[in-house]
Amino acid sequence: MTTQLTPAPEDQRSRTSGLRRARMDDIPGLVPSKVRPTTHRPALLLAVGAAVLALVLRLALDVHVAAALAAAFVAYLLVVYAVYRALGGPRVALDQLMRALVYFAFVLAVVPLVSLLWTVVAQGAARAFDPDFLTQTMNGVTGLHDQQYAEGTGPFIGGAYHAIVGTLIITGLATVISVPIGMFTAIYLVEYGGTNRLSRWIRFLVDVMTGIPSIVAGLFAFALFVQIMGPRDAKMGIAGAVALCVLMIPTVVRNSEEMLRIVPNELREASLALGVPKWRTIAKVVLPTAASGLASGITLAIARIIGETAPLLVAIGYARGLNLNAFEGPMNTLAVYAYFMFTKPLSPAVAAPSVERAWAAALLLVLIVIALNLLARLVARLFAPKTGR
Amino acid sequence: MNAPAPTKRSRTGTVRRPGDLAFSGASLGSAVLILLILAGVAFFLVMEALPALTAPGEEISGGEGFFHYVWPLVFGTVVASLIAMLLGTPVAIGIALFVSHYAPRRLGSAIGFVIDLLAAVPSVVFGMWGMAVFAPRLVPLYDWLDEHAGWVPFFGDASATGRTLMTASIVLAVMILPIVTSVSREVFLQTPRLHEEAALALGATKWEMIRTAVLPFGMPGVIGGTMLGLGRALGETMAVAIILSTGPFTWNLLGSGNSTIPAEIALNFPEASGLRLSELIAAGLVLFVITLAVNLFARWIVDRRAEFSGAN
Repeated sequence: MTTQLTPAPEDQRSRTSGLRRARMDDIPGLVPSKVRPTTHRPALLLAVGAAVLALVLRLALDVHVAAALAAAFVAYLLVVYAVYRALGGPRVALDQLMRALVYFAFVLAVVPLVSLLWTVVAQGAARAFDPDFLTQTMNGVTGLHDQQYAEGTGPFIGGAYHAIVGTLIITGLATVISVPIGMFTAIYLVEYGGTNRLSRWIRFLVDVMTGIPSIVAGLFAFALFVQIMGPRDAKMGIAGAVALCVLMIPTVVRNSEEMLRIVPNELREASLALGVPKWRTIAKVVLPTAASGLASGITLAIARIIGETAPLLVAIGYARGLNLNAFEGPMNTLAVYAYFMFTKPLSPAVAAPSVERAWAAALLLVLIVIALNLLARLVARLFAPKTGR
Repeated sequence: MNAPAPTKRSRTGTVRRPGDLAFSGASLGSAVLILLILAGVAFFLVMEALPALTAPGEEISGGEGFFHYVWPLVFGTVVASLIAMLLGTPVAIGIALFVSHYAPRRLGSAIGFVIDLLAAVPSVVFGMWGMAVFAPRLVPLYDWLDEHAGWVPFFGDASATGRTLMTASIVLAVMILPIVTSVSREVFLQTPRLHEEAALALGATKWEMIRTAVLPFGMPGVIGGTMLGLGRALGETMAVAIILSTGPFTWNLLGSGNSTIPAEIALNFPEASGLRLSELIAAGLVLFVITLAVNLFARWIVDRRAEFSGAN
């Protein structure tokens, strides 16, 4: 009554199965299970068959690609179930069916990701690396320019320089505000608070904060600055940074807390036993040990907020030109720029140039996010603390 | 005899140094600041929302009061999120199982990275892709559904552009995949090895092992992850704002119409002023309350699991 369906070479169980079956057969009255060892070979053959079926449907019968794939997949499920039921009984058949569905789920998730990345690269690559696009702003650029460009009578002008600078300023401000608050909160939770009532409350509220919708964070920042500046001048860079802080602080706190917690207690105790004050122990022993984890966590948190659109849409307004002062007047960021260029082209009749700018900004944004993610991984791996012994 | 010694020693006998005071003070201050920020979010939202909540009904958009204005938006938000969850959760569980129990370990961690990347793609990019690439591709499907399944109340006349609540929901489903997947993967990987081996030793097939050992163990975690995904879908703004061609409330999910709270805010905020501004902030407050409830529920479920998982 062995059921080892996938006799993997490193698996020990399959070797003993013969022995086990012999013993079970000796027991009078015991009906052996119908499950017999089967391999994946029929499934592989059927998968090839399904692929051929999909190709035939698509090429010979001119069925829509998605419909052809769906039909082939359903056919595959049915045939696999029938074949394995005949080979090894219903339990083996169900096992193969679920295996097919799990693999299918994975493929299903990869398709949109590939399509999305491909679209962004294909649509954005034309402009994203153009020096003019990277150094010009939208100041003075109107729909007329776009129409002239489309007719071939004018150059392509207008870029995302102001948006790139705005992204850096606002994200930088948000990081400068969030990181100390988040890190010190994590230090409080791990080093000072322990499990007292305040730290339990703070953990709970940090969780609540994680769930704040980004647009609500933007509304909060706007409402706050309306109280301070009045409704007319409320939209400015720092308001956007405050909105992003609401989104960034919980990420920093949770990640830093996790990283500080894995610093071995022996290190703290050794330092304290040498008579080092607690704050110096934290600053000189605990933080350096956790540095790589902290840095990679902060990088990921930055990657999270750098693409935020909704809170900035609400809090910083929309600037066409360069604004280096985060404390006065609207600003622009890549995400907001992409949104407005995409949904409100300069010239509604000739949308193509604006849409081109939007995709270029989107590509820059995606590249930044991917780079930050890779950087975080690299930092975590290269400077990993040597905790194990 | 009991006169206090004039040294700077605390009760435990440790010396209180200024550096210590500054450090613990800063830590405590930051921790308390978090409480203040959260209180501030609630306070300022209520402050700015108050005019809309107290204004006479005929001054609110639609002319029949705030509740009448906001309920179609709540409906759109909840329906889009629920559809996203129904579509996304099974796929996310499938990917999590693929990573934790089917794929080779090395491939599994590579896939984990790709899924994290999916989580990091800015939502505005999802929106642009959804509108420009995905929505037109869905039009044939909508036409087919309209033709063959038109008796279902949600399937009415199909939109020619595909910019419908259904499309927005499907894109939302893709967007919540990463969070649900990563939470599920984590709990699936934590399944006690002994449970899995016991199931296999009793003669279970791989799927039976997963059904009897992995899924029951991971279920609270999966539910918690799903709730977090739901919270994210409820608050997702840009994808819906770009994809959906908004309009008044309709049961037909295949045609344009409907809206969600975040999309309504994002689309109207830049031009809003006065009472309209207050209305939108009040709608944001409603959204805040809904997501808060969902997240607290998720937290409760996940915590409950932490209490009961001690027996392994």
